[in-house]
Amino acid sequence: MLVGFVWGLYLIFFENYVDYQQRETVNIMYLHVPSAWMCMSAYALMAVASAVSLIWRHPLADLTAKATAPIGMAFTALALITGSLWGKPMWGTWWEWDGRMTSVLVLFFLYMGYIALWQAIDNFDKAAKAASILALVGVINLPIIKFSVEWWNTLHQPASFMRSGGMAVDWGLMGPMVAMLVAFNAYYVTVLLWRMKAELMERRLQAISMGMAAGR
Amino acid sequence: MTEQQAFEHLSFYGDDLTCERGGRVVFSDLSFALSSGQALLLRGPNGSGKSSLLRLLAGFLAPTRGGFGYKHGPDKEAISLGYRLGDFTTLIHYVGHQTALKPVFTARETLTQAAALFGHDHQLVDDALNALNLGALADLSVRYFSEGQQRRLALARLIASPRPIWLLDEPTNGLDADSAELLTNLMKQHLTNGGMIIAATHLEMDIDANTLNLKDFLPRQNFNSDTRFDWSMEESA
Amino acid sequence: MSRSFFALLKRDLQLGWRQGNTSVMVVAFFIMAISLFPFGVGPEMTVLGRISAGVLWVALLFSAMLSLDRLFQADFEDGSLEQLTLSPTPLSAIVFAKCVAHWINTALPLIIATPIMSVLLNLPSNALPTMIIAMLIGSPALSFIGAVGAGLTVAIRRGGVLVSLLVLPLYIPSLIFGVSAVDGAINNIASGPSLLILAAISLFSMVIGPLAATAAIRLALE
Repeated sequence: MLVGFVWGLYLIFFENYVDYQQRETVNIMYLHVPSAWMCMSAYALMAVASAVSLIWRHPLADLTAKATAPIGMAFTALALITGSLWGKPMWGTWWEWDGRMTSVLVLFFLYMGYIALWQAIDNFDKAAKAASILALVGVINLPIIKFSVEWWNTLHQPASFMRSGGMAVDWGLMGPMVAMLVAFNAYYVTVLLWRMKAELMERRLQAISMGMAAGR
Repeated sequence: MTEQQAFEHLSFYGDDLTCERGGRVVFSDLSFALSSGQALLLRGPNGSGKSSLLRLLAGFLAPTRGGFGYKHGPDKEAISLGYRLGDFTTLIHYVGHQTALKPVFTARETLTQAAALFGHDHQLVDDALNALNLGALADLSVRYFSEGQQRRLALARLIASPRPIWLLDEPTNGLDADSAELLTNLMKQHLTNGGMIIAATHLEMDIDANTLNLKDFLPRQNFNSDTRFDWSMEESA
Repeated sequence: MSRSFFALLKRDLQLGWRQGNTSVMVVAFFIMAISLFPFGVGPEMTVLGRISAGVLWVALLFSAMLSLDRLFQADFEDGSLEQLTLSPTPLSAIVFAKCVAHWINTALPLIIATPIMSVLLNLPSNALPTMIIAMLIGSPALSFIGAVGAGLTVAIRRGGVLVSLLVLPLYIPSLIFGVSAVDGAINNIASGPSLLILAAISLFSMVIGPLAATAAIRLALE
């Protein structure tokens, strides 16, 4: 993970091809694009874990889904914040009700609801099942929300502002981007494992406490 | 009484049932068998799982292990085994601690709705009201009922839509001596008609019944965090 | 099976009317919420006219959501939900009936109140029929999606805020197409496509909603 970050940051700051129009602000994209990518794949993973939990009832799937949500939400927040920081010099405004930003915002809401539901139910197994149902309903609705937001956006605003120049093809830009994507993925896996371990320990602690209560 | 005829030659059984609540095993390896006209009284201290067993048999809870079902006819194979099978629930009445009454409806409305919900028409509603001595209160809102009257109305559902298996959780709670006797007689009647009753009660009831003491099915070890998955598997060092 | 379905539908409708008259309160909320907007954005009729479709739809979402937390909770607390699972009718069909009752008790009165409120907000009168049609087509989704949130929070005390957190993001598509249908009518663009999508969302939620809500209710009864 660290290697990926260092490599990516090195490429960004020292080997970087600077877009003549966007100048250094384009660097924000190296945070923005991977976090936007991660916030979606984290939700997908959460939904898959939820489906596994509902079908095969494996507790590790519950743990994975639960541990993924806060990370995914953090990525979503990062994507929104970096997008906003990039938007200010580029579009001249902190926030645009642009189709992508809006659907990421909705994704943020979905994460929020998911985490709130986990917190509201005490019993782990029940919370896991309820959250799984919610995650699946969310993932079914996500394409509909995405579609409607994009559609709504084209209705209200002609897409005139997306003039991010030439970053799709140039390897000088793609190199650090790939490095950052790898780094973000590695970060995600690391934190996920940490969170799952912490969660496991908490469960163990609960089991021990329950045993003590039963022993009395 | 044609419905009651159908009650005959039915048997109801549970095999090696194990139940967990909140990570704690409540009872394990519990088996029982009942056939038409028999009753089973559940005994045991608080928390021994009487209510859990009834809720499990009513399909609200999934057993961790084991299964239950019924057999129709003397020689036939088991029709249904397990839990939440659609046709199984149509045999069962469950009366728990909660009365499931809405204060804004009259007694008659309540029973008509209950019968309709269970797929019956209202022809037995008046019988049910009279059977529990509620005939005079038939058109009064449940709002004005005393606790005992509410309990009786909840029990009147048993009569309003005939079903062979009664699962009763502390049915005498909140009833005075007369009403308790009324209930005992209804239970006897149900058994004579070929029905079956499983009831959790701490009172002696004057009916012919087998007794199942939940104390005999306490789990072997006292707690087990989760039988599906051992949370403590990691780092025992 | 249909006997239990309609018996339950009737029961829930009667409950709504006899138990503190849910519909009247929801309509009162709807009217008050809408009346706040002129205070917020100023009384200029042209401005109000331009935002009227959105305001009406947002008010509809909030009003429909307001009574969601009691959709299953009352039945859960008094034990009725347990009785409902013992019906020969599948629980998902029973949940469907409860959603229909919720729609009739909340959304329908709001739609009836909409013409009056649209006058207060200066909605162009040629757009009113489309507004009503869009609401009729789109609002069932609110009850059926809402049932999922209501089911998931049924065992949670004070679950009202949580319901809105869970349900509002899922309401966005209905809102978007509901408003765009009316905008279409105002600007003389065909609003047919928006209405069709609105209908698709409603039909889709009629399938997904009861299934997910049923799973959630089973879970709460455990």
